[in-house]
Amino acid sequence: MSAILELEGVSRNFGGLKAIDNLSFVVNEREILGLIGPNGAGKSTLFNLINGVFPPDRGRIRFRGVDITGEPPYRIAKHGLARAHQIVQPLEQMTVLENCTVGACFGRESLSRARASEVAREAAVFVGLEDRLEVAAAHLNIAGKKRLELARSLAAQASLLLLDEVLAGLNPTEVDYMIGVIRRIRERGIAILMIEHLMQAIMSLSDRVVVLNSGQKLAEGAPAEVANNPLVIEAYLGDPELAKEFRGEAR
Amino acid sequence: MSTPLLEVSALTAGYGEVQVLWDISLKATAGELTTIVGANGAGKTTTLKAVLGSIAPWGGRVVFAGEDVTRLPAHAKAARGLVLVPEGRQLFAAMTVEENLEMGAYSKRAARTFTQHFDHVLTLFPRLAERRRQKAGTLSGGEQQMLAIGRGLMSDPQILIIDELSLGLAPVVVQQLFGTLTGLKKEGLTILLVEQNVHLAFAVSDHAYVVAEGRIFTEGRPAELAARPEIRRAYLGL
Amino acid sequence: MTDLASTHVAQRRDSVLRRPFFWVIGVAVIVFALAPWIGNDVELRESFMLATIYVILASNLNVMIGYAGYINFGSIVFFGLGGYICVYLMAVPQWPLAAAAPAAGVIVSALALPFGLGILRLRGAYFALATIGVNEAVQAFVTNFKPWGGASGMYLSTALFKPLGGPMQALWTIYFLLVAIMGLSLYLSWGIKISKFGLGLLAIGQNEDAASVMGVPTPLYKAMAYCATAFLPAMAGGLYFFKGAFIQPSDAFDLTFSTEAIAIVMLGGQGTIAGPAIGAFFYEQLRGWLLTSETFSNFQLVAAGALLLVIVLFLPGGLMGWLYQRWPRLSRWIE
Repeated sequence: MSAILELEGVSRNFGGLKAIDNLSFVVNEREILGLIGPNGAGKSTLFNLINGVFPPDRGRIRFRGVDITGEPPYRIAKHGLARAHQIVQPLEQMTVLENCTVGACFGRESLSRARASEVAREAAVFVGLEDRLEVAAAHLNIAGKKRLELARSLAAQASLLLLDEVLAGLNPTEVDYMIGVIRRIRERGIAILMIEHLMQAIMSLSDRVVVLNSGQKLAEGAPAEVANNPLVIEAYLGDPELAKEFRGEAR
Repeated sequence: MSTPLLEVSALTAGYGEVQVLWDISLKATAGELTTIVGANGAGKTTTLKAVLGSIAPWGGRVVFAGEDVTRLPAHAKAARGLVLVPEGRQLFAAMTVEENLEMGAYSKRAARTFTQHFDHVLTLFPRLAERRRQKAGTLSGGEQQMLAIGRGLMSDPQILIIDELSLGLAPVVVQQLFGTLTGLKKEGLTILLVEQNVHLAFAVSDHAYVVAEGRIFTEGRPAELAARPEIRRAYLGL
Repeated sequence: MTDLASTHVAQRRDSVLRRPFFWVIGVAVIVFALAPWIGNDVELRESFMLATIYVILASNLNVMIGYAGYINFGSIVFFGLGGYICVYLMAVPQWPLAAAAPAAGVIVSALALPFGLGILRLRGAYFALATIGVNEAVQAFVTNFKPWGGASGMYLSTALFKPLGGPMQALWTIYFLLVAIMGLSLYLSWGIKISKFGLGLLAIGQNEDAASVMGVPTPLYKAMAYCATAFLPAMAGGLYFFKGAFIQPSDAFDLTFSTEAIAIVMLGGQGTIAGPAIGAFFYEQLRGWLLTSETFSNFQLVAAGALLLVIVLFLPGGLMGWLYQRWPRLSRWIE
């Protein structure tokens, strides 16, 4: 499998804090790569680096072999990279269809407004919003808004989707539905890099998992491998040594 | 088992449109140390906020010492002895150690027992006694956590609720603090602790709840829980 | 940030000519032009002329405010500078009006680009303040620029009206030209709104960061909007000050004019085409009434401020927003 996204030695500081520290990994074509790690590990920061919200201090980011390091978000979109945000950002007063039309117009292909509207409609139907095309985004519930984020990214005809906690805040039925949508997106040949705190969901969806802790890559591999990795377990559950010493003292 | 001092039933809550807690039920028994563990984003802090009233619960009940306190505002709960030591300490950085402790005794209930608690805290934490007039913002992490606990004790708690004790602290300090907690428990204080480090939490607590995805995943005596693979599943999904 | 009165943007592939609104604009413009002329009503013409200027200013301003969500408080600078350039070109190198006015438009648009690129890095209140700064800076420059008469301004000799058939005829010609520019302004703002460029601007107005992530080239689009909406007001400025045969800095760069324009855009319904036009018309009538009233003098500014407050609090969609709520089918005919 060839790589669609490559990160090489990426680092980013904020003041004295190393938010991302010498991170390297790849996302392969048609793959779902899960990005997990304790809070504050740097996952959303990493997404910001990839889609150009701010540039890395060091390192390279390549998309389909092209160096996209430090490019602004609107150019990243043209390469074929789209992002669904953790805190949903719909264009509130515009309808579902209009939101997706924006995504389609300014996405990977520069489409005319009319053609974009068709692509947009298709994307909205794909995520199950066909009954709400003319509803203003502000009037959707949280599940609808999350689907809209996804639809907008699809309308942009991206080859790689960055999904930032798209399952957060959804009830179990909605979670199941979204998992189905994500699987169908992958079947279309679109690669996915996803951050998720719903561990059971991300572990069952991902082909591979990268674990981030304090801005560094802690582990990488198949979900089952990673879940059994003592370093990963320690990162989440804490250092067992601390407790051993404590028990020793208490006795 | 004795009647719980604090009982939470079917609690639901969230922020704005996003629901975070789907069904939280737990009990804290008087004189015991109960912990809540779980991955980040699972809803541990949100649970505390909803119990204490910093955010309004959407549904469910909180009963404290036999009284339904679900809808009471936070300061009213504090006046009844539900005291929080918040995550990240949240001290008044520009005030001195002494002033911070005084702020802890703000409520009428606590003002009555001021001197008693004040002496107790300074005995419990000699380091704080040495630094009485130092500004809280200049203390080390461990000292700040001591001060935060001390401030909590000044409020004359019936139950002391601590959110993330070990966060950002050196191992040696963490040992000390957990030792203090065990001592406080022996003196009869009821403690509810949210803790990141599962092993530490299990080492000190009498009863533990594992939260995942806004629900209680599993619960029990630490000795039983520690052996089960559920814990890892709650954190890592596999 | 801003509420759009209506973002119902038609999705049909119909050519522009088949959309009712195209003809509505055309008819309205022709009626507007002919109404005073038919009865040779000079008073009506003067009143209408002022209204056309307000419409030109407001409908161009609407692209920045109503679409992109950037409030340009100092938009009068385009009008004033355009006036100065046109008057100067006619007075000194003796260019005919037909060359001087478009030249003014082009030069002001071109100048708007570097200024725009600079201040469009700012957002919200900071941007608004910066636009005032631009206006003040240009005014200060012109006030001290001797070739343009400095603080005293420039007079135009009435001989310049000869090529247009003398003063009486010239006033009619200028009126028709202004009405034409008004028509162009309405068509321009409408054309932008239904284009891909307009969609991008509307997205920026809703959520600039989200728009950027979706691929809208935000710096470029904002700058394009800023420059495009400088052109027609600049030409209108040229015609207005030529008509008066006199221009001075305090008139040319008067901020009350742009403040009134903002009130008009919001009164009529920002983001719509008809909104600023109807708002301008009503406001101009109100203003005229307030000016001639015995009790109130210069009260129109207080009125503008009060109107703005009322609209923002109770009627964020303005007049058109209210109309669309009552009669949704209206949006097919009047956008």
